Amino acid sequence: MSVDTATVKKVAALARIAITDEDASRLAPELSNILGWIEQLEGVDTAGVAPMTAVIPNQLRLRDDVVDADPLTGGGIRDSLMANAPQAEHGFFTVPKVIE
Amino acid sequence: MADLTDLGVAAIRDGVRSGAFSAVEVADAFIVKVAKAKPLNAFLVETPDAALAAARAADTARAAGETLKPLAGVPIGMKDLFCTKGVATTAASHILEGFVPTYESTVSQNLWDAGAGMLGKLNMDQFAMGSSNETSAFGNVISPWRRPGSDAPLAPGGSSGGSSSAVAAGLCPGATGTDTGGSIRQPAAFTGISGIKPTYGRCSRWGTIAFASSLDQAGPMARDVRDCAILLEAMAGFDAKDATSLRQDVPRWEAGLSGSLAGKRVGVPKEYRVDGMPEEIEALWQAGIDWLRDAGAEIVDVSLPHTKYALPAYYIIAPAEASSNLARYDGVRYGLRELPEGAGLQDMYAATRAAGFGPEVKRRIMIGTYVLSAGFYDAYYTQAQKVRTLIARDFERAWESCDVLLTPTAPSAAFALGEKSADPIAMYLNDVFTVPSSLAGLPAMSVPGGLDKQGLPLGLQIIGKPLDEQGVLNAGLAIEQRAGFTARPQTWW
Repeated sequence: MSVDTATVKKVAALARIAITDEDASRLAPELSNILGWIEQLEGVDTAGVAPMTAVIPNQLRLRDDVVDADPLTGGGIRDSLMANAPQAEHGFFTVPKVIE
Repeated sequence: MADLTDLGVAAIRDGVRSGAFSAVEVADAFIVKVAKAKPLNAFLVETPDAALAAARAADTARAAGETLKPLAGVPIGMKDLFCTKGVATTAASHILEGFVPTYESTVSQNLWDAGAGMLGKLNMDQFAMGSSNETSAFGNVISPWRRPGSDAPLAPGGSSGGSSSAVAAGLCPGATGTDTGGSIRQPAAFTGISGIKPTYGRCSRWGTIAFASSLDQAGPMARDVRDCAILLEAMAGFDAKDATSLRQDVPRWEAGLSGSLAGKRVGVPKEYRVDGMPEEIEALWQAGIDWLRDAGAEIVDVSLPHTKYALPAYYIIAPAEASSNLARYDGVRYGLRELPEGAGLQDMYAATRAAGFGPEVKRRIMIGTYVLSAGFYDAYYTQAQKVRTLIARDFERAWESCDVLLTPTAPSAAFALGEKSADPIAMYLNDVFTVPSSLAGLPAMSVPGGLDKQGLPLGLQIIGKPLDEQGVLNAGLAIEQRAGFTARPQTWW
């Protein structure tokens, strides 16, 4: 699979990474090479093979249905959650205006 | 007194217990050594106060006649992928610059609870993506090893390159690493130390910055097999906060160590004999076979027919999971924010991620985004997960005729910095022997086997059945007892 610069720009937009035209021109052959290399998987016969979902058989556990089942991941930790925010006001994360 | 920094985990633990030296003396000796080793760039943050506080606690407990904790008096290095409360944690990326976790990862907490102290946070490949520690946003880590008559800086391996460099240079007796496709084993091999990746689910991933969640596993790196067993016992254990954590008791691996392999069968997979493998690695592999036979094991030839598809499958699955995991870095909740003049929310996301992620991280996010995008998902991602099933089946069949597998850890000794960084695929190929067992979630370790013609370390890898870390450690010990690997890098830094 050969990836052109338009595809690179589309993927970058999906990934929310700003790139310049130069970046796109540099990345196109790089990504083409890597994708070309991984395409050898097409040749593997996987008829009737189920995709891997878990390497070690394990059952999904349900936690107890109570408030603050774990004090670290439960509620009431607003200040801790906000402590690293680049910008926060009145206990909220702030972002650029999204509604006119 | 002999140099305390020459001692490993077990020797320090035992010496502190017996009173041969104090924990504070040990901590002081390592703190001085870390401070002098700036040219290696192994540490991103030094935390001498934390190391001393743990040491004082150990000495106080001993003076009071209390039973000492399993790692009392042992200072260690912590890979910067583990969140540490109140200590900057960046995964060696600009996008997390300034991030100071308000919580502690389960693995690091387990180590502190066992009495260990933290010497500092170790440099690494950015978000654990790399095999040479050249993708860190805070500079390359340099291996303490050098080729004879040359001062060209060598790669310490990656992604746990700060850990491998620090342990090999004697800056800490042991360190944590994480392994997604070989990030504990390959750096251990490059620097002449030991390292084990346990079965997927043994170590909690809670509080460990995510790269590829179905593959990421923490594990120890140390000077020998016993030290790895001791550290892994402290790190592992069920954790309700990680949905993939295994509800399994932690075996007493150290007490179970035995270098006798009588009655054990060691498989040698023919597909690992790859084209262009250096003669010295072939020779070392043969030596490893002879050592394990000498230890009483029966050697059997086995076949893992889908081995050659492991790397391409990995380079679909790992980037796909990474692109999803790294979507959280958006400049809103933590870390870097880039807000160009007049930018809207979407522009802010894109500008933040463009400024914060390094080139290899962006490359992998974009590959992951591409293989998961509409119309390509089945052809790439689903096919890769089917191939992963086939790779796991290969191992299951092999276990019908053997108990552990023996292979080289990496296809070469350490290369010089810059030697492979221009070609992503050449770099990826370094993980050819370590990725298959990662895809199958199996325990695997690297132990030093010998030196190549240039005097650089080479490692041997042992792969085990699910949950059979003991079998892996014991085969590792059998090699260690026979390889007589005592080489250490000369101090030049």
